[in-house]
Amino acid sequence: MSKKPALLPKDEAAAEGKVNVQINGKWYRFPKGTRIADACNSVGVHVPCFCYHPKLSVAGSCRMCLVEQGMPPRLAPGATPTYNEDGYQTIQWMPRAIIACANTVAENMGIRTDGKLCTEARRGVLEFLLTNHPLDCPICDQAGECKLQEYTSDYGSGTHRFTESKTKKGKNLSLGPRVNMDQERCVLCRRCIRFMKEIVGEEVLGVVGRGTHNAVTCYPGTQLDSNYSMNVVDLCPVGALTSKDFRFKMRVWFLKSTPTIDVNCGTGTNINIWTREQQVYRITPRQNDEVNSCWMPDSHRLNYKYINAPERILTPLVKTDAKAPQRPSTWDATLNLVVEQLHKCAPVEVAIIASARMTNEELYMARALARQLGVTKFDIVPRKGENDGMLISEDRNPNSTGAKLILNKTGAGLTNIRRGVKNGSIRSLIVLGEDVTEEAGIPAEDLAELDYLLVMAHSESATTKAADVVLPGVTFAEKYGTMINVAGRIQRLNKAIEPLGEARSEWSIMRELTELLGCDCPRVIACPSPMMILEEMALEFEPMKGLSWGNIGNEGKVILDTGVTIPLIEREKAKK
Amino acid sequence: MSDITYKPGKEPHPRETRRIFRNIDREGYDPSIKCYIKDGGYKTLKKVLAMEPAAVIDEVKKSGLRGRGGAGFPTGVKWTFIPKGNTKPVYLVCNCDESEPGTFKDRFIVHQDPHQLIEGMIIACYAVQAHYAVIYMREEFPEGARIMQTALDEAKAKGYLGENIMKSGFDLKIVLHRGAGAYICGEETGLINSIEGARPYPRIKPPFFPAAIGLYGCPTIVNNVESLCQVRQVMMMGGEAYAAEGAQRSPGTRIIGVSGDVKRPGYYEIISGSITYGELLYDLCGGPRVGRKFKAIIPGGASAKVMRCDEVLKGRNPDGSVRNMTIFDVPLDLDSIAQHGSMSGSGGVIVMDDTRSMPKMLNNLNRFFAWESCGQCSPCREGNPWMLKLSTRICNGQGSPEDVDLLKDVADNICGRTVCAFGEACSWPTQAFTTKFRDEFLALTKPINALKPHSPEAAEARKFLTRED
Repeated sequence: MSKKPALLPKDEAAAEGKVNVQINGKWYRFPKGTRIADACNSVGVHVPCFCYHPKLSVAGSCRMCLVEQGMPPRLAPGATPTYNEDGYQTIQWMPRAIIACANTVAENMGIRTDGKLCTEARRGVLEFLLTNHPLDCPICDQAGECKLQEYTSDYGSGTHRFTESKTKKGKNLSLGPRVNMDQERCVLCRRCIRFMKEIVGEEVLGVVGRGTHNAVTCYPGTQLDSNYSMNVVDLCPVGALTSKDFRFKMRVWFLKSTPTIDVNCGTGTNINIWTREQQVYRITPRQNDEVNSCWMPDSHRLNYKYINAPERILTPLVKTDAKAPQRPSTWDATLNLVVEQLHKCAPVEVAIIASARMTNEELYMARALARQLGVTKFDIVPRKGENDGMLISEDRNPNSTGAKLILNKTGAGLTNIRRGVKNGSIRSLIVLGEDVTEEAGIPAEDLAELDYLLVMAHSESATTKAADVVLPGVTFAEKYGTMINVAGRIQRLNKAIEPLGEARSEWSIMRELTELLGCDCPRVIACPSPMMILEEMALEFEPMKGLSWGNIGNEGKVILDTGVTIPLIEREKAKK
Repeated sequence: MSDITYKPGKEPHPRETRRIFRNIDREGYDPSIKCYIKDGGYKTLKKVLAMEPAAVIDEVKKSGLRGRGGAGFPTGVKWTFIPKGNTKPVYLVCNCDESEPGTFKDRFIVHQDPHQLIEGMIIACYAVQAHYAVIYMREEFPEGARIMQTALDEAKAKGYLGENIMKSGFDLKIVLHRGAGAYICGEETGLINSIEGARPYPRIKPPFFPAAIGLYGCPTIVNNVESLCQVRQVMMMGGEAYAAEGAQRSPGTRIIGVSGDVKRPGYYEIISGSITYGELLYDLCGGPRVGRKFKAIIPGGASAKVMRCDEVLKGRNPDGSVRNMTIFDVPLDLDSIAQHGSMSGSGGVIVMDDTRSMPKMLNNLNRFFAWESCGQCSPCREGNPWMLKLSTRICNGQGSPEDVDLLKDVADNICGRTVCAFGEACSWPTQAFTTKFRDEFLALTKPINALKPHSPEAAEARKFLTRED
């Protein structure tokens, strides 16, 4: 070689703190310490894994991620390495495959996943895993999202050679109130065990038996009853751990998943809602390393039954007389009636109770409504609980931060409204998305004393029963919008199903009402969608400057510094 | 040593050199510390404690001593793998989980000469500056554990253990830990997990190399019982003198345990490489039993690949020319047999004569490995019972010729793909037996068996698959 390149690739990479790795013949650069599996997956070379999970410690036991690896030949003492014209050393391939999950990349390393060694290793491992597998996919809940199924289809041999008796293990075992176990389907990746130990810190799961009789089970006298237990169902790559709630309800390939956020607490856990037609079947966590990692609490996960419950209000309800029952009506008639009735109320005798469960867009419209009516007694219902030290925030409202920003309300004025209702100084009450008989502490008797009670809600409650007019709103699964979580991150809600019955999104109800009440401000009445309202808000509120529906993205965006942190995320960051 | 007399029938063969086994089955010798000190015990320790720890490691490195647990890794080199600038405590673990079928050397040391091991351990601990050591003893040595505990107590009472050993300022505590009867606990990381109270699942390497991240995450040296006794021997003789004796790449003596079809099975301590397998079996062990012929040898514990006695091996003369030889011409050291595709391992030689059925022998080994697989990684957990089921079926005359190939294939799929060396240990026998004694396997099979159901489930399923015309 006449001229050496000024700088070899290895030096260039080292300057960036990276290393050069050849994957299936192509050179890439990765930060030092990247796991081979992550490196391969990041450049589109799929490495199948059962036991490896980026959030858990490495077990390296499934042997599915075996790849062929090579390094430059070891030099004799005193020899200098030689480089080819591209500036790389030749790779000497190892005769033994290595696991991609436990090993990290190194300078001038070569990885091959398309060679004979790797292909045969994968095929062998899959064949072994299937020997004692019951092959009951037709009745298995995991079918369709089963790693064993997918990998067998991608890398398996297609035929089986095992003709002996299978090892018999426990089936349909109850591990806890929400999780079922089928030990025969288990591939013993031990993700569930590691999750309970490392993330939850409750070591209730373990392996018993030796050799082929290995089985995951609970320790004697314990059960898997943690509020995070259902995450093991998501973690399980096969159908060994199944959710008692979702068991035998629906084949997963019929389900549509919609990325959205959870509304049970201020954390704003990122979730996927799995729906078919107009029915919600399950909720699973969606990875967001800044909010909920890969997990969610069971209590939040299972709180979706109200969406399709018979208690949903599907048409506007109107009480024509104080003593008359509520009767279904149409939107036009109802809204006109409401406008007529509201015009009769003196603004000083009207109070509005909004909800921090509403999206920013709804809060914005609620503010417009209040301004149009000239109402000043206006607040939200605070909701406090206990912080569980994991993901559940003590703020049980999903959008308190938004309410603070948009309405500048924190619930401090609620006592005055409650008192006003009690002593009769408030004659009319507008309740937006709350059951005021509960957290707001206004008893149903007091509500009955009011002249006028307008309620916007998605489900029946003591408040809607006392209402003169009920405007049917929608649940979080049926609407678009944004919320700001306790840590100041604005996140998007996506519509998973269409509004049930004649229910309408709250923002559009309030927009129309405001318009009918005589508002002519184009910034309110011209908004055709929550996305447009967001753009209006971006003009008005400093923290939201420059925001649009598109640039919030699926992971959300931090717009406020609230100083609040999520304990589980802090722990995860500290581990790194 | 003319003054040593052995119990009747236990006298060493003239070609033996008893060093580690010097006191085994010796007339008038008991495992007490009195007896050991009278015989010159703990003198080497005194010498070592006056040296620098690094000098001890150098001496062991110089000796070329290789581990006697089976893998034959140089002991001194292993000791230097403790990370430089380490601030964590260092632990030494004595692997006394001798469970390889066919190996029975450590049990004699533990039962009859425990202080030799203790002295070796103190020396090793001093070299690596460990102040806490564990003897991991297999469950099957209840008497050995009692003797060892007594010996540890005696050594402590005499000031060889505890604080400020022999006024050198060196502290050491040795504890005895009993296993619960699992073969996998002999794997060093499995053993460490077992001591920690976890399931003895071997750990993945990298990153869990014991010398860097071992017991409780601290650097840990795991040595075999015989290796530690050899350490004492090295320090007694001096590294160079030790290295001068025996095979160049595996100096010192080796303890060979011969079991199976020979006239005099038992232990033999020989200078490494000084005799061949033929000399061992015919001279030391007295040859085959009357009227029989040697058929096969497993040269290094159950997991080593079996060697046919009539197999023609290519040996190399000193001048470089190739000559034909048999297993009987292979010298007994660590490396010679490895050139012929097997391994000398832990020195357990299992001999089979012409009355033995090789498929049954393999089936027996497979039963052992299927039971002892820890179940952590997929190939070993699922492959071993499969191999067992196949070999059982072949032995019962229900196999087809294809099953023999399948058996070999299953073994190939395990080998090299597991977390620990158990994958090799369990697949090598099957690979070797089915290749080298294929005719014997095929003789037990019938082609028609390929069409028959092999399990009650398959028989049941067949009912629904048969067409009724």
